[in-house]
Amino acid sequence: MDARRASRMVPDPKVRHVGFFTPGAPPDRAQSGPPESSSPPVSDMSPASNSLSPVMIPPPRHASEPLSSRPVAVPVMASPLRRPSNVDSVPVGSYNPSESLLGTSPVPSSSSRIGDRDGFSEESSGWFPRSSSGKFASSFPSGGFDLTAVKSGDFAAAAAAAASNSTAVSVAKKPAGVSSTEKGGGAVTAVQSELPSSKKPLKEKTTKAERRALQESQRAAKVFGKGSKAEGKKSALVSTGTALGKTVKQPSQKKDDTPLTSTAASDKKGGDRPTEKDRKKDVPPPRMQFDDKNRVDKAKRRAVVKQTEARNRVELFRHLPQYEHGTQLPDLELRFFQLDPMHPAVYKVGLQFLAGDIFGGNARCVAMLRAFQEAIKDYSTPPEKTLVRDLTAKISSYVSFLTECRPLSISMGNAIRVLKNRIAKLPLTLSESEAKSSLCSDIDRFINEKIVLADKVIVRYANTKIRDGDVLLTYGSSSLVEMILLYAHELGKQFRVVIVDSRPKLEGQALLRRLVEKGLSCTYTHINAASYIMHEVTRVFLGASSVLSNGTVYSRVGTACIAMVAHAFRVPVLICCEAYKFHERVQLDSICSNELGDPDAISKVPGRMDVNYLDNWANKENLQLLNLIYDATPSDYISMIITDYGMVPPTSVPVIVREYREHLWI
Amino acid sequence: MDFQVVVLAGGTSKNLVPLVSQEVPKALLPVANRPVLSYVLELLELSNLKDLIVVVEGQDAALRVGGWISGAYVDRLHVEVAAVPEDVGTADALRAIAHHLTANNILVVSGDLVCDVPPGAVAAAHRRHDAVVTAMLCSAPVSGPSESGPAGGKDKTKKPGRYNIIGLDPTKQFLLYIATGAEVEKDIRVQKSILRAVGQMEMRADLMDAHLYAFKRSVLQEVLDQKSTFQSLKQDVLPYLVRSQLRSEVLLNGTPQAEDNGNEKVASQNSQVVLSRLVANASTPSFHELYALGSNGSAPVRRTHKCCAYIASKTKYCVRLNSIQAFSDINRDVIGEASHLSGYSFSAHNNIIHPSAELGLKTTVGPHCMLGEGSQMGDKCSVKRSVIGRHCRIGSNVKVVNSVVMNHVTIGDGCSIQGSVICSNVQLQERVVLKDCQVGAGFVITAGCVYKGESLARK
Repeated sequence: MDARRASRMVPDPKVRHVGFFTPGAPPDRAQSGPPESSSPPVSDMSPASNSLSPVMIPPPRHASEPLSSRPVAVPVMASPLRRPSNVDSVPVGSYNPSESLLGTSPVPSSSSRIGDRDGFSEESSGWFPRSSSGKFASSFPSGGFDLTAVKSGDFAAAAAAAASNSTAVSVAKKPAGVSSTEKGGGAVTAVQSELPSSKKPLKEKTTKAERRALQESQRAAKVFGKGSKAEGKKSALVSTGTALGKTVKQPSQKKDDTPLTSTAASDKKGGDRPTEKDRKKDVPPPRMQFDDKNRVDKAKRRAVVKQTEARNRVELFRHLPQYEHGTQLPDLELRFFQLDPMHPAVYKVGLQFLAGDIFGGNARCVAMLRAFQEAIKDYSTPPEKTLVRDLTAKISSYVSFLTECRPLSISMGNAIRVLKNRIAKLPLTLSESEAKSSLCSDIDRFINEKIVLADKVIVRYANTKIRDGDVLLTYGSSSLVEMILLYAHELGKQFRVVIVDSRPKLEGQALLRRLVEKGLSCTYTHINAASYIMHEVTRVFLGASSVLSNGTVYSRVGTACIAMVAHAFRVPVLICCEAYKFHERVQLDSICSNELGDPDAISKVPGRMDVNYLDNWANKENLQLLNLIYDATPSDYISMIITDYGMVPPTSVPVIVREYREHLWI
Repeated sequence: MDFQVVVLAGGTSKNLVPLVSQEVPKALLPVANRPVLSYVLELLELSNLKDLIVVVEGQDAALRVGGWISGAYVDRLHVEVAAVPEDVGTADALRAIAHHLTANNILVVSGDLVCDVPPGAVAAAHRRHDAVVTAMLCSAPVSGPSESGPAGGKDKTKKPGRYNIIGLDPTKQFLLYIATGAEVEKDIRVQKSILRAVGQMEMRADLMDAHLYAFKRSVLQEVLDQKSTFQSLKQDVLPYLVRSQLRSEVLLNGTPQAEDNGNEKVASQNSQVVLSRLVANASTPSFHELYALGSNGSAPVRRTHKCCAYIASKTKYCVRLNSIQAFSDINRDVIGEASHLSGYSFSAHNNIIHPSAELGLKTTVGPHCMLGEGSQMGDKCSVKRSVIGRHCRIGSNVKVVNSVVMNHVTIGDGCSIQGSVICSNVQLQERVVLKDCQVGAGFVITAGCVYKGESLARK
C-alpha cells in the first residue's frame, strides 16, 4: 500500500516530468510542453536547438537563406499569433489532448526530437499525419504539410500544389488559399473541427503551414515549370523566416524529383531526419504507415513473405500492418527453398512467429537472438567485403524477414540495436572467427544479463512485496510474473493467485496449469469479472511488453483495463519488466503504434459451433473487426515498476532509459 | 536450407509390366511424351533444388537414366545417379548411398511422383516443428477411366481402401498412426500412450502417402543402421518412427551435448534451463512436449520425437505412377485437368499437336489430346483424350480413345483402340480392336484381332 500511496502522489504526470530532465535530454521535451509555453523565447530557442542538427546536413537550397534566416525568423513566427483565421482546420478527432499539449510552442523541436531519439520512431511518424499540418510547422516547414497531403491522398496533394501556387506571390496576405488546402487535408483526416482551447498555438502553426505551403509551391513551380520565377523569388524571400527549418528539411526533399513523391519521402524522413549521425545507425528505420499506398506497394515488392492486405480494416488502425491471415504461412512454406539467403535457423524462427508457435516478448527475443547466433556461426564473409558491413546487412535482411512474419516487439528491437551496435564496434583487427565468436558470446551475454539475470533480480525485488495472506492478481501469462509467483511459493509464503484471462488467446490457462501443478492456490477468471474480483485482491502484478519513457506501460491488451480497475479499487499495480524492454519513445495512446491480430480469432468461439453469427464477416463491408494485441496503460495507474535496477516509480523510467543507453549498452 | 534430395527412381517395376522393360525402366516411362522422372526433377528444379541424388535399381537402368538426365538437364541440374542392386527396398537403397548424405535433413522423393505440391512446403513443416520425419499426404486419387459414367462408379465400389490408414492429431500436423491399407485386415492397433497423450485422434482413409519424406539425417541413418531388417521406408521406417514417437529410441542430435555441458558448468546449465523453460512456456506445446514433461513436470524427461504430416490441399495434383491404371490416369490428367504440369502450351482446341505432325482429311483430334513430333495420321481418324507419341504412323479410319500410344507405333487402317496402352515400336495391322489392353514394346498384332482387357507382350 505504501508503494501505491507514494507513487500515487508522483504521477500527476505531465508537469512532473518536466523538471526531471535538463533541457538537453531530449525524450522529456515532449512532455515539457505546457509549462514552458511562454512562446516567443522558446520558439526562438527551438530553431536554435534545431540548428545543431542542420550542421550535419547538406546546405540549404537558397544560398542566401541561412544567413538572413535567424533575424527574420522571430517576427515571422510572432506574426501568426494575430491571425485567428484557420484554427478550425487543424485538430483531428481524438488527438486533441495531445495536440493541445504538444501544440504549445517548444514542442515542434521536441517532437522532432522524439523522432530522432525514438528507436522506432514509428509513432512519431505516426503522429504527424494525424496531427494535421499546423502543429509541427515551426520545426519542419514542409513536414506537416506534406503529411496532410499524403494523408489525404493525391487529391489533397494536388489541391495543395494548386493552392500554394496561387499563394505563391505572398502568403502572408493570402492565408485563405492555404487554409483551404489545409481544410482539404483536414477534412479528409479530421473528424472534429473546432478546438478553441488550443487556438493560439494552432494559429501559429497554421502560418507555418502556410510557409510550408509556400515552399511547396516553390518546389512545385520548379518542377512543373509553371510558376514564374519572380513568384518563386518572392516566395523565397517570404519563406526565409523558416529557413532554419528548411535547412533541416529541404535537403531530404531535394533528393526527390517531384513533390508528390517527396511527400512520401518526407514522410519517411520526418521520422529519422533529425537523427544525430551517431545515433542514426542504431535506429531501426521508421515503421511504415500502412495507409500510405505508395510505400505499401513498394514494400510489397521487396517483401519476402507474400502478403495480401486484409479487407475490412478498421479505419482508425489503417496505418498498422494487417494482412489476410492464413495465406502467409502456406505461401512462405511453398517458397521454402527459394529463400536461399535466409539462414535456416532464422527461417524457422520466422515460421514459428508467423504460425504463432512462439509468443511473449522474452521468448521471441531469445528465439530471435539464438537464431542470429546460429546465423553468425555459419556466416563467412564473402570475398571483397568487410565483415562489419556485410554482416550488418545480413542481419538487417533477417530482421526485415522476421518483421514480415510478425512485427517485432520492442524488446526485440532493442536487442537488435544492441547487436548491430556490437557489430559496428567490432575492432577491424579481429579475424573473422574471432569476430564471430565475440559476437556469439555477446549475444549469450545479452541473453544472460539482460534477461536471465534481470529476471532473477526482479524476482527478488518483487518478493519483498509479497506477504503472507496476500491475494495477487495477474493478467494473461507473463513469464516474469510466473517466476515471481513460483519463487514466492518456494519461499513458503502463503498467498493466493487470481489469474485473469481474456479471449481470444486465453494464455492465462497455460499459466494456471503450471501454477496449479506447482501447488499454488489459484483462482481463474475472465477479464469481464475484473471489477468483481478486484475487491479481494491486495496486489496486482503485471508483465509488460515495454515501458515507455513517459511511464506508459505497453502491454498485452487488457492490461490497461486491469490497471484502471485496480486503481479504482486502490489496489497497488506493480509492473514487472526487464530494463532492456524500456524504450525512450513516448506514447499517449495505443492507436498510433500497435499490432493487429487475426480478426477471425475474435469472431470464432472455439468449441461453440452454434455461435456463428460472425461467419463470413469479411464479406460485410460495414463490419470491421478489431483484434488489438497491445494497449497502453497510462502511468497514473501504475504504482511501481519493478526492473532489474530496482523498484522505481513510472516517472523514473527516462532515467533508466538514458543510463541504459549511454552507459550500459556500449 | 540444409536439405539434400534423394530421388528414388526405382527400376523395372513388376506392377508396370508390360509397359516397362529393360530398355524402358520405370523412370523413363513417357507421360505425355516426357519421362515420368522429369516431372519430379522439374518440380525440384522449380524449388531451386539443384543438387540431387537419383537412385536407380540395376546397372543398366542406371545407365539409361543417367544418360537421359545428362542429356536433358546437362546445364540445369547437378545430378548424381547411383545404381543399387535390383530388388532392394527403399530403405536398402538409402543405406547404399548413406555415405553421400551430409546435410542435416534429407528429402526423399519417389521418382514416380507426378505432382505440383512444392516440396518446400514439406520441408518448411519439417523445419518448423523440428521433426524427425515429415511425410506428405495427399488425397487419394479417384481412380478409373475418365468417362465419369457408370464405369467410374463401379470402380470406386470395387476398390476398398487400398491406400493408407492414417491417424492425425486434431491440428492435423502430427502423424499418429500410419498403415498401408493393404496390410490392414480387420482391425488396427493404436497405442494407448499416444492416444492418451493426444486426447483425440482422427483416422483417415482418404489420404495417400505421397512418398515424399523429409527426414532428419542423423535419425534416419541411425534407424537404418540399427534396424537392419527394415526394407522399405514406407512400410518399416516410417511406421516405426511413428510408433515410437513417445518413447524415442533415437538420439536427437543435441541432447547428448547438453548433458556434457551440464557436467562442466552447472551455472550455465542452470540459466539454460531457465531459458528453455521460458521459451517453452511461451510456445504452444505440442503433445510431445507435454508428454515429455510428464504429468507433474518433475518426472524425468521422457524422450520424444515428432513425426509430422503435411497434407497437400485438394486443389493440388499429386499422384504416383505405380500401376498401369495410374499410368493411364496420369497421362490423361497431365494433358487434361492438370495440364500445367505438362509444360506444353495448349492450342485453342485445348490439345497439343506438334507442328510436324500430319493429319489426313477429316481427321479430328479432340481436346485433351496430344500428338507427338512427326506422327502421321490418315483420313477420317478420330483421337479423343489420348496421347500419341513421336513418329507414329496411323492409317485411315482409326479411332483412338482414352489411350496412350508411345513412339514409333504403326497402326493399320480401321483399328479401334480404347483405354489401352501401346508401347513403342508396336505394330497393329488392319482392323485390330483393342479395349483396355496393354501392348508391350515391339509386339505385332495381326490383322483383324480383337482383344479385351489383355496384356500382350513379346515373349
